[in-house]
Amino acid sequence: TFKSNPKKQEIMKWNGWGYSDSKFLYNKKGQAEFTGKRYRLSGMIIPGLREWMESTFSANLQHKTPAAPILNSSAVQPPTLNEAFLKELKSTGIPFSHDAEDRVFRSHGHCLHEIFALREGKIGRVPDLVVWPNCHNDVVKIVELACKHNVCLIPYGGGTSVSSALECPPEETRSIVSLDTSQMNRILWIDEKNLTAHVEAGIVGQDLERLLNESGYCTGHEPDSMEFSSLGGWVATRASGMKKNIYGNIEDLVVHIKMVTPRGVIEKSCQGPRMSTGPDVHHFIMGSEGTLGVVTEVTMKIRPMPEYQKYGSVVFPNFEMGVACLREVARQRCAPASIRLMDNEQFKFGHALKPQVSSIFTSFLDGLKKFYITKFKGFDPNRLCVATLLFEGDREKVLQHEKQVYDIAAKFGGLAAGEDNGQRGYMLTFVIAYLRDLGMDYYVIGESFETSMPWDRVLDICRNVKARIVRECKDKGVQFPPLSTCRVTQTYDAGACVYFYFAFNYRGLSDPVHVYEQVEHAAREEILANGGSLSHHHGVGKLRKEWMRESISSVGMGMLKSVKDYVDPNNIFGNRNLL
Amino acid sequence: MILLHLLYTLRSLNDDEEFTDILEERRRNTDLGYALRTFNPQPYKGAPSCSTSDLNKAVLESQYLRYIAKEIALETGSSVEKVRQEARGILEEMSHNLQLGFIRLMAYTFNKVFKRLFRSIYVNMEGLNMLQQAIQESPVILMPNHRSYVDFLIVSFVLFTYDIPIPVIAAGIPLASMKVVGEILRRSGAFFIRRAIGSDKLYWAVLSEYVRTIVRTGCAPLEFYVEGFRSRTLKSVVPKLGMMDMVLEPYFKGEVFDITLVPISISYDRVVEESLLALELLGVPKPKESTTGLFKASRVLQEDYGCMHVNFGRPLSVRQLCEGKINRSEYNLIPRDLPQRPSTEIQDCVNWLAHLIVRTQEEGALISPWSLMACLLLQAPITTLTEEGLQWHGLTEKTLWLRKLVLDFRGRLNWPDSDVMSSTVALHHSIVHHKAGRVYLVQDGNPASQDPLSPEEKVMRTAAAVLMLVSYRNQALHVFVRPGILATAIHITKSTQKDELFSFFCFLRDVFSSEFIFIPGRASQDFDEACSLLQKCGAVYISQQEVTVLETGLEVLSFLQKLLQPFLESYQLIFRYLCENGAHVFTEKQFLPAVRNLATKLILSGDLHTFEVLSSDTQKNVLSALRRLEAVTKLRASQQNEYKVNKAAVRRTGDILCKIICDIPVKIKLLFCVRLENFDLFLPCCL
Repeated sequence: TFKSNPKKQEIMKWNGWGYSDSKFLYNKKGQAEFTGKRYRLSGMIIPGLREWMESTFSANLQHKTPAAPILNSSAVQPPTLNEAFLKELKSTGIPFSHDAEDRVFRSHGHCLHEIFALREGKIGRVPDLVVWPNCHNDVVKIVELACKHNVCLIPYGGGTSVSSALECPPEETRSIVSLDTSQMNRILWIDEKNLTAHVEAGIVGQDLERLLNESGYCTGHEPDSMEFSSLGGWVATRASGMKKNIYGNIEDLVVHIKMVTPRGVIEKSCQGPRMSTGPDVHHFIMGSEGTLGVVTEVTMKIRPMPEYQKYGSVVFPNFEMGVACLREVARQRCAPASIRLMDNEQFKFGHALKPQVSSIFTSFLDGLKKFYITKFKGFDPNRLCVATLLFEGDREKVLQHEKQVYDIAAKFGGLAAGEDNGQRGYMLTFVIAYLRDLGMDYYVIGESFETSMPWDRVLDICRNVKARIVRECKDKGVQFPPLSTCRVTQTYDAGACVYFYFAFNYRGLSDPVHVYEQVEHAAREEILANGGSLSHHHGVGKLRKEWMRESISSVGMGMLKSVKDYVDPNNIFGNRNLL
Repeated sequence: MILLHLLYTLRSLNDDEEFTDILEERRRNTDLGYALRTFNPQPYKGAPSCSTSDLNKAVLESQYLRYIAKEIALETGSSVEKVRQEARGILEEMSHNLQLGFIRLMAYTFNKVFKRLFRSIYVNMEGLNMLQQAIQESPVILMPNHRSYVDFLIVSFVLFTYDIPIPVIAAGIPLASMKVVGEILRRSGAFFIRRAIGSDKLYWAVLSEYVRTIVRTGCAPLEFYVEGFRSRTLKSVVPKLGMMDMVLEPYFKGEVFDITLVPISISYDRVVEESLLALELLGVPKPKESTTGLFKASRVLQEDYGCMHVNFGRPLSVRQLCEGKINRSEYNLIPRDLPQRPSTEIQDCVNWLAHLIVRTQEEGALISPWSLMACLLLQAPITTLTEEGLQWHGLTEKTLWLRKLVLDFRGRLNWPDSDVMSSTVALHHSIVHHKAGRVYLVQDGNPASQDPLSPEEKVMRTAAAVLMLVSYRNQALHVFVRPGILATAIHITKSTQKDELFSFFCFLRDVFSSEFIFIPGRASQDFDEACSLLQKCGAVYISQQEVTVLETGLEVLSFLQKLLQPFLESYQLIFRYLCENGAHVFTEKQFLPAVRNLATKLILSGDLHTFEVLSSDTQKNVLSALRRLEAVTKLRASQQNEYKVNKAAVRRTGDILCKIICDIPVKIKLLFCVRLENFDLFLPCCL
């Protein structure tokens, strides 16, 4: 059988985050180290991490919970194959596979319960078949065949979902086919007059940026998962990128979408930048989470690559001041490409991830900085928090912009804390996901989740949700205080996006994943009760489905349902997300 | 269920709890040293220290007040600046000015006074420890009952003694107008609220924002009386919801993670203003709070008032209590700075919580032997008390019997070890005296006047003494109310059918819900509780369908039924007055003396046996019960609190209550009389 883009599946973990060669581990000296060569942190010793893990979670090197090293194929249910479908599929020449490893690899996203089960070698319902269409027309053929033979299709892009969206519904009795878009990864054309690019939807974020960069362009769309997530996935979940302040979120970036549905192909007839032609049908597609069809091609806005980039960071005496500053920045509409505010716990965590400094001078300098901030400026080290900044544009404007933002920050007691801290903050975005695997080796489980809310509720939601997590953990019998922390990651005119990180040491619990899920559930209830949204950009999937009706009203649900009923009456796209 | 569980844990917690006498150490050490001790409390963790002026500034500059000011300016045509100026004035009149120095002064003075007045002030240390913990975790609301002026600063006094942050206290504005004292109270943390705020929008706005800001910032624990005022009858008062709404709103709107409510039960062996209260209830106006009055009252310092118990209840989490009861997302669509009328769901929850707190206060209160004696004394014919005297031996024996019943009913007793009976009577020499094996009611002489008293004056004189007894009886009432209502239902309906008894129980519960504290929506739990208590003490046998009175239970049932008899009689009398004598429309000012006159006449003619109907408290409670039953309506347009009575409806209610039409079975009568929506519980089992 055909192997998928070997470059990808082969070099990635089957039961954890990211590349196989990159991971945190404790070396023989008991120091934390990040392996591989791909990241700035790769190959470095992180002296503070162990102590941070130990003090934050009471986790300890003696108590290990290693993962099952290799996939036991016998644990995988034999595929339920639809022979008639298979026969016709073969005749199209589109590659496919029912190899256990291929199927398991596409049976999950990165929710805690999904990864936890894999590490324990537990495999639930997985797709029965994987197909690799090579282009739009291949997808048309597959969808036609699926309709004809009543086969369930689940589109698969980068596999980075954190909403149980890729999970196969256990009640599905039909043959489930995972439609892997990874081979549809070409930029079909670049239109330099209109600054758009027409791209196949299977392309992965980092490839898209790299290829566009070669022509001097970028999309500027950089979700935290951009190393692995795909364009089609972004469209299907309404993704948001770190630099949305300059480039916009996916809905701002998309000019044209082509999607294959059981009813046929949907696309607009022109590429006008804005239209008044009834409700925008793109908005049925964006956020449809694979329930209506497969996005095959997208025309996206592109921009010339920025001339100049500069990181920055600001220390605030407390989180309240930090939020007030972000709010002011948003009010003046002068947000840099990215501005993020970490709370005190995350600041400490970021600190713990500082790699070993090479010279005494640097460590002396660090000590001096710390002295200046805590002693001279009187910041309480247990309250202060940090905002990280990224400016982009032409040099002069960046410097001017930078000054404007730092001036605002100063009004809220903020002290500039250097480029380095800022850059490390953004670098951590990419490695933080790896850290969960290390935690899971030592009885620590956790995850992040996000929401958005009006400005006046930011502080309340941050406080209440964090407190709720702590209380729920206690009530559910978690033996150790959890890590419960948040950061404001996006600013808007009328509100902000907040990320929560939540992890705990599960020693002594018989069903830690269930406890985790109960706490996350309670945290989401808290968010909704306080006026936060069900999701800012992760989507709903199956994880948050139960709250959809209260989120969008019964009529809203009816609208979405009727679209689904029309487009896909036989539920061919049967992942059962969203509705 | 959660509630029951809560109450039970509270109870079991208290049972083996030790009270500590805080005056004991004070008596050994100097008052000055105590007042000047280092005071270093652990405040609420989330609270930045916030001064009085910070607080006031935050209130005045709040978005909410800006919004309301603009609205009022628009409505009245005055300028926003003027309205804001007015708001500033209101806030100035209202705001506290808590200063540690004055707390020290207060503590010093209180020490002096309390050591004079009381033998001991007992505080449960475990409750204090829990409070100390709770204060660090979320904003705390201290909710004491209010039985005497003496307890106004008692909580602050205790908290100062144990290094716990001093609360700010909601007080009535009359206190503020007392010279010097008003200012001292203000600096001891009191803030002052006008009595009749009515529809003064700006005042409401300033007050609610002030209260919410205190809760939101958690800058100090907030203390207020959920009963609204000092209970003149020593009986719990149906809670007022205004403050409660304001206090809870920050939780409903998610501005704080949680709010902790701490019910505090203060019980006295003897209340300092006992005789004043009785006179006030009889229509003798209460002296205006004034500083000179306070000094005049200093003769009370010569008297012995026994012990005082301050019981700090288990801190209750609003979040936990509200779980599953409300959906806070109703606040999601309107900016939280703007006023928003809460849904009925939220209003009901607030009402429920307020009742729960008062019930918990009741549970936490300690019942003294004297309260039990008062229950018994009031069951004796009045002439026995005033003339022949009641047999001492019989009284003490019966009191011991009652003590056992209270324990069976899970009441909390304050039962000193030695010489209980005679020391109790000695302490209450102002009400009874014990002579030659008999006990007599003490009636105030009338030395000023040479003329013999008119019969009406005699009634009033006896009434004053009786009402004092009544108030002490009231301190024990909460233990007996539920089984008492069941006993009354058994007595009136003569039925053994559980469902029939339950419907009548609900009816009585409804009629008396201004009189006693019933947690809304818990009728069947109340009924079950009554059944199980009566069964426990051997009064009845309960089967699936029936409640059978046992031979051994007649004494208990008769005691309980007689305990509530005065209420029944009073209600019936007033119903009768409304049906027969009164006009269709009347004001409260006409109503109170008219009822009093009628009652006096009937007492003199020997047709009425209770003096309690003379109490303005009872009279007002009947009015509010009838308003709830919609037999009386308050006229909205009226300036002088005019009421309109629906005589037929009142008569029907009265008929059920006294079962006048004896030959028609209760079932059928109820069917005629009862308003469907009120008694839907009842209907199915009748039909």
